[in-house]
Amino acid sequence: MLGKDYVRVLYVNLTTRRVDVQQRRDLTAYMGGAGVAVKLLAETIQPELDVFDPAQPMIIAIGPLSTIFPVITKAVATFRSPLTGEFGESHAGGRIAYALSHAGYDALVVTGRAENPIYLRIHDNRIEFQDAGVLWGTDTLEAGRILRSLNPAPGHRSIIRIGPAGEKLVRYANVNVETFRHFGRLGLGAVFGAKNLKAIVTIGTHHFPLGELAKEYRKVYAEVYHKVTQTDAMGKYHELGTPMNVMPLNELGALPTRNLQAARFEAAEAISGEALAEDNLMFTRACAGCPIGCIHVALLRQPFGEPEWYHFDSSLVPYDHELIYALGSMLGVGRREELLMLIEEADLAGMDAISTGVTLAWATEAMTRGLISDEELGVELCFGDAHAYRHAIRAIGRGEIELARWLGRGSLYAAQRYGGEDFAVALGGGQGMAGYHTGYANVVGHHIGARHSHLCNAGYAIDQRHDDLTDEETIDKLIAEEQERCTLTSLCICLFARRVYDRETVKACLASVGMPWSDEQLDELGRKIYALKLQIKGRLGYDPTTVRIPQRFFETPSMRGPLSPKRVGRMLTIYRERVAALNV
Amino acid sequence: MPTVLTDPGMGRCIGCYSCMQACARMVYNDFSPHKSAIQIRTVGGMNGRLVANICRACPEPVPCVQACPTDALVTRDGGRGMRFYKNKCIGCGLCVKACPVHVIGWDGEAERPILCVFCGQCVKFCPHDCLEMVDVKGLSQRFDEHGHVG
Repeated sequence: MLGKDYVRVLYVNLTTRRVDVQQRRDLTAYMGGAGVAVKLLAETIQPELDVFDPAQPMIIAIGPLSTIFPVITKAVATFRSPLTGEFGESHAGGRIAYALSHAGYDALVVTGRAENPIYLRIHDNRIEFQDAGVLWGTDTLEAGRILRSLNPAPGHRSIIRIGPAGEKLVRYANVNVETFRHFGRLGLGAVFGAKNLKAIVTIGTHHFPLGELAKEYRKVYAEVYHKVTQTDAMGKYHELGTPMNVMPLNELGALPTRNLQAARFEAAEAISGEALAEDNLMFTRACAGCPIGCIHVALLRQPFGEPEWYHFDSSLVPYDHELIYALGSMLGVGRREELLMLIEEADLAGMDAISTGVTLAWATEAMTRGLISDEELGVELCFGDAHAYRHAIRAIGRGEIELARWLGRGSLYAAQRYGGEDFAVALGGGQGMAGYHTGYANVVGHHIGARHSHLCNAGYAIDQRHDDLTDEETIDKLIAEEQERCTLTSLCICLFARRVYDRETVKACLASVGMPWSDEQLDELGRKIYALKLQIKGRLGYDPTTVRIPQRFFETPSMRGPLSPKRVGRMLTIYRERVAALNV
Repeated sequence: MPTVLTDPGMGRCIGCYSCMQACARMVYNDFSPHKSAIQIRTVGGMNGRLVANICRACPEPVPCVQACPTDALVTRDGGRGMRFYKNKCIGCGLCVKACPVHVIGWDGEAERPILCVFCGQCVKFCPHDCLEMVDVKGLSQRFDEHGHVG
């Protein structure tokens, strides 16, 4: 905690309705964020129990620099993933870090299961279990609206909540954070649902005087602020945002299309960052403490009634590269309005857009091959038919049909039930692929990353930067990058600001608030967190060398040409040797 | 010529809170944007507009100055807004109640008001030029031209 020699952890048990606050000196060795969240998970996770057992914990942690330096805005959640059954980690911006820090907590550990639906209200030192019966079944927008009116503190509160998909235990349900952000991947929303926890409202009003640190802190803050706003270190996020990737990836032949049957989409231009910015962008928004504001929000106008009425159902829809890929190119949807309609639908239900798109893409192909029935789903899925996909998203969110419930488990598990595993493009135990088909570092990086996210080790970037690496060099780069990202995320630095927060800047920020960390200590921190993640994965029975990589990745040439399963196997062997040498 | 804070560009605001952090950091010696004389708010959640609650530099008679029982608050040169003399403040809080737009905050620990000192730090740290310092004369002109303040 800022200015203290401990990490302040709030433990909440939803079964007993007991709370406990501990000031943990030992946790300062893990910095905060991902480090503390992983350590707390290691202490509380129950490998022998089901993912939805009430005893399973969910953790949210922030860091000592959270929101007091520009773009240090993230909160890190850890949990046992309902999607993969193993290590779950998800990051979100919004105001959750800001509100938690001002409420006086560095981490939150929630265990147990409420008897009836509730929401948790954290208002400084008051922790309240509020009835959420009336909220159960509401979509994420409506839940947010009601919770705002029940908890007035505009600007200074955080409201994170689940939609119907979380309540129905869809395995890739997300947690909506401040309407436009999410704990997106790996199913934290289903963990909330299993705990009968609809939402967490956090209001923090504590003050933290600068004290003796004032002069140095002001100086370093101004330097970082200048770097963020006046240099090109974060240029792309200022402008088109992450959707600027759509066109370059498409041109390179790295944009997964129609369930990765292709890596170029003929309608990419229509759903590109440029087209959305020109025609649909309404405004941009920021997480608390970030002067960039990369959250791009589009206006979606859907006509209703007779055409001559000119009546529109208008709404605001946030978009990013991954959403454009998953619900656009991956489903063959090339009209902006239809893409935005699907993003909104998944968002209201509270489902991770990437996993939703990947699952529907698999289902489309499975239906074409007669493995699953359009009659049972109530709609025929065809690539490009956005209205059919909207119907399917609603069916998954409601979970009333058996097929929809299987789709709610993700493409890999649905394929294990119905067949078609070769084209279920999930990696590392069920995590739907992200929007890149760049080459070996991407596929292998996804697979060996602790949470199987493209953000674990950014293999897609290694593929784009290098085309002459040996397999050993690729594996070493992936591991080194993941360790470095463990350090950055233990500080809760948004990875979009990774070029701003080079080592010297990180050290200067820490020193300016009285926390001198050396290069060696920061390196060691990253290695330690990485090792702990691998330990947890081991306890949960995960072995990357025994999990199959679907054939589809080898059928469709990547940006670097066709990939060979043999070579991927060789790289995984190298990885296993490297990990063995780490003595985890 | 004294200058006052205005918010002509709030349509460009992204809600980053850099202005609040600047006021807290540079004026009120605190990490917390609660201790800031400018408060950014959402109207209707994140879907709605962002607005700035700032001192509007009232014309004479300035209500907070009128309410102040000591000489801690005096009307600024130019007749708009107030100047604050901290050592004369007795912590009565009457200025908070008197503010017609409810933008004077309260520091419960120090028992002092949190109010705008027209220093312009928030303007300096706004990435989108939402805020602007204008001289008192300019403020009057703006009022004339657009029929509303700021």
